[in-house]
Amino acid sequence: MSTRRLHHDQPQSFAFNAASMETVRFWLAKYPADRQRSAVIPLLWLVQKQEGWVSEPAIRLLAQMLDMPLVRVLEVATFYTMFHLHPVGRHHLQVCGTTPCMLRGSEALKDVCARRVGAKHTPTADGLLSWEEVECLGACVNAPVVAIDDYYHEDLTPETLEARIDLLQRGEKIAAGSAIGRSASAPEGGSSVLTDPSLYDGSLAAPMALPNRPIPAPAAG
Amino acid sequence: MDKRFRAHCMAKILIDDDEIDVPGEYTLLQACEAAGREIPRFCYHERLSIAGNCRMCLVEVKGSPKPVASCAQQVKDQRPGPNGEPPAVVTRSALVKKARAGVMEFLLINHPLDCPICDQGGECDLQDQAMAYGRGGSRFDENKRAVADKNMGPLVKTAMTRCIQCTRCVRFAQEIAGVPEIGAISRGEDMEITTYLEATLGSELSANVIDLCPVGALTSKPYAFNARPWELSKTETVDVMDAVGSNIRLDSRGPEVLRALPRLNEGINEEWISDKTRYAVDGLRRQRLDQPYVRENGALRPATWDEALSRAASALSGAPARIAALAGDLACAESMKAALDLLRALGVANMDCRQDGAALDGRGQRQGWLFNTSIAGIEQADAILLIGTNPRFEAPLINARIRKTWRAHATAIGMIGEQVDLTYPYAYLGAGPRTLQDVAQGEQGFAQILKNAKRPMLILGMGALARPDGHAILRLAGRIAAACGLVRPTENWNGFNVLHSAAARVGGMDLGFVPGEGAMGTKAILEAAGSGGLDALLLLGADEVAIQKSRAVTIYLGSHGERGAAQADIILPGAAYSEKNAIWVNTEGRVQYGQRAVPPKGQAREDWAILRALSARLNKPLPYDDLFALRKAMIQDHPSFGAVDYAPGANDAAQFRPAELGKEGPLDEALFRSPISNFYFTNAIARLSETMAACSAAADAARAQSAKGAKHG
Repeated sequence: MSTRRLHHDQPQSFAFNAASMETVRFWLAKYPADRQRSAVIPLLWLVQKQEGWVSEPAIRLLAQMLDMPLVRVLEVATFYTMFHLHPVGRHHLQVCGTTPCMLRGSEALKDVCARRVGAKHTPTADGLLSWEEVECLGACVNAPVVAIDDYYHEDLTPETLEARIDLLQRGEKIAAGSAIGRSASAPEGGSSVLTDPSLYDGSLAAPMALPNRPIPAPAAG
Repeated sequence: MDKRFRAHCMAKILIDDDEIDVPGEYTLLQACEAAGREIPRFCYHERLSIAGNCRMCLVEVKGSPKPVASCAQQVKDQRPGPNGEPPAVVTRSALVKKARAGVMEFLLINHPLDCPICDQGGECDLQDQAMAYGRGGSRFDENKRAVADKNMGPLVKTAMTRCIQCTRCVRFAQEIAGVPEIGAISRGEDMEITTYLEATLGSELSANVIDLCPVGALTSKPYAFNARPWELSKTETVDVMDAVGSNIRLDSRGPEVLRALPRLNEGINEEWISDKTRYAVDGLRRQRLDQPYVRENGALRPATWDEALSRAASALSGAPARIAALAGDLACAESMKAALDLLRALGVANMDCRQDGAALDGRGQRQGWLFNTSIAGIEQADAILLIGTNPRFEAPLINARIRKTWRAHATAIGMIGEQVDLTYPYAYLGAGPRTLQDVAQGEQGFAQILKNAKRPMLILGMGALARPDGHAILRLAGRIAAACGLVRPTENWNGFNVLHSAAARVGGMDLGFVPGEGAMGTKAILEAAGSGGLDALLLLGADEVAIQKSRAVTIYLGSHGERGAAQADIILPGAAYSEKNAIWVNTEGRVQYGQRAVPPKGQAREDWAILRALSARLNKPLPYDDLFALRKAMIQDHPSFGAVDYAPGANDAAQFRPAELGKEGPLDEALFRSPISNFYFTNAIARLSETMAACSAAADAARAQSAKGAKHG
């Protein structure tokens, strides 16, 4: 984890757009008037959804909206690695570099990112892509994993990652999930046990007698 | 039921096999201290909330598999032994020793070993506790982390690599000072303490974080690299920067006062002092009057004591009706007593200790000019009405006490005066006398709150009294006190309070340093001096009065060459507050003895001694030759000076008739304005202090910045 500080180059101002503002109002309505600060994390997240990253003017705005000391918003924004404090590309790649992914080849994925996207935390010149290394994404069973925007791309190889970057650069949609087509964390190549379909149709279940089953009340005459 | 009146529930606990009874809500750390054990700590502080993040206070609790942080667990939550024995805590076992050594080793991993160049050296908790509880060496041979230093303004110097993240400063700013501007950003190894974008701390109490910091991360900027604690002479004395009379310790080396530190006094300043108290001391070495001067051909020239005294004597030997005297805001009781006796011997009745013209009589009921609730008593209050005062500037420690009360009990606070940020919310009732009148007539909602309160109080500031209709305002306030039952002798409660802004004021009032019958007060004296109605004017350190081209011979007796001395014809160099043994009476009426830390500068003498010499020149020798005789005479004439460090509080409330204070009269339409527009420049010493100038500039810049931000926002 690198030291998290505000970006050196900040925009002049920040304002929520109409769509974000609707969600902002939803969150503010959840908390009592003197506890508005409880909404700080959702609101920081909305800032990030709108702009891609959290800027200083946005922190200032939230402090004002939530009646919170400035430094308290800054504390939250710098604490959670989920908040980007530096500008990101339209598509942001988060490569997991923690042990299971590393053992399954995330080093090679990082090389791909460095070659295709450039330096960490630095968007490409066209502003399309940026990448960073993150700690465990919690999908170790499908390692290596890269989170592209809001979705996980699992079981990647350098080739499959490059294919996804190609698609992004062509402006096409990419399918999230496992690159080798497995369902969630099911075994590669499908299940090898518990494959008998009769297990699942209820036919194997013997009728049971419950000794203390309550006697149904006689129907009202 | 108000939790202030709830009985403590005692609990038994075994500390190293000693059974003791402590209140159940005590923490284990407090219980260990009650049993006489010393528990090391960094983040724990009695007056701050509990953080529990330094882990230095680990103790062993029987039944717990691991050592526990004793600051973060309460006695009442401990589990009894298997046979119902009281819970047992061990502070002296091998496990505890090892735990402390381990925590110490971890804390030192990222702490630089730069004690030789660190200003905290010699008074550093980390240094002391490393010696007492740490291992001999470290097993860590990786790189230490380094942290960029942060700007926190002109007072607090930072060396953030030394920070051990105890968060005392964060909690102080949030809880005591009420300016939540310090925070801990980022996390883990990257955690750093900073203000938002390294802004200057916007508090009058900010420098207390230096005392709180257990390491050398936050140190004193003006005092940086000046001295080591062991080379300083320490003098316990009292502060004169405001009327609170904070207890301080002056640290001096040779003839110079290097710093002021707070001294514990639960009744007054607890363990805090304001930034002005702490840092105006560098004004003690600038523009000092170190020899007598006389004016010749329009310019002041150095003179001998003999010449200056004889000139002063001849000026004062004229007609008594054409002589007047004014005492300044820092004057000690002894100098005022000596001046008073001299003036009386000369038959002079034109004198005043109220440079601002506050409408307090100085005769009759002493409670009429005191802070009767007492500062500690504020914590009992459940409704507070502030009238024409900005306690944040006039008495930052009283403001901190009000904030403490508000935090603990959500006290109802009403304000009539300027709408300023006091660090706690209040009901803003209005800006001027008209609102006060509404409250007095019971038409204002807050009057009902005062009436229904158990412990109501009002605080009357100089912004309401130092104005032409001050007497009528005082009468109104007194009527509110009477009508709302602010004075309750049977309950030992007196809720009528005058908040002074000058250290000398209550002493002067107690002595009766006010105009005699039909004589001139401050305003009349100044007009007479300008219009030629006076022959001689004695200024006793009076620097806050503006005389338009005085035609009287002006004698200035004081310590600093500032406003008062600039308009003087004869200058008699006196001693500053750090240079004399003297008495000041704070706004509560508490008589406190100041001690001399350093000798007066050059040929300067203690003020009372100068007046004694002057009296001999006038052939009216004062009847005392030393300070003790003077004090004896003072106590004899004014018995209130005999009770040292005693705040009368509500003890004489039965004789108090608040409704008789002041005079009926027409009310002015003018709004109340605090007498202090710039907190950092309230007296000659502070105005001459470079540190105070830097603070004032930083505060102005911060204000301009926030105004700009508001415009953009």
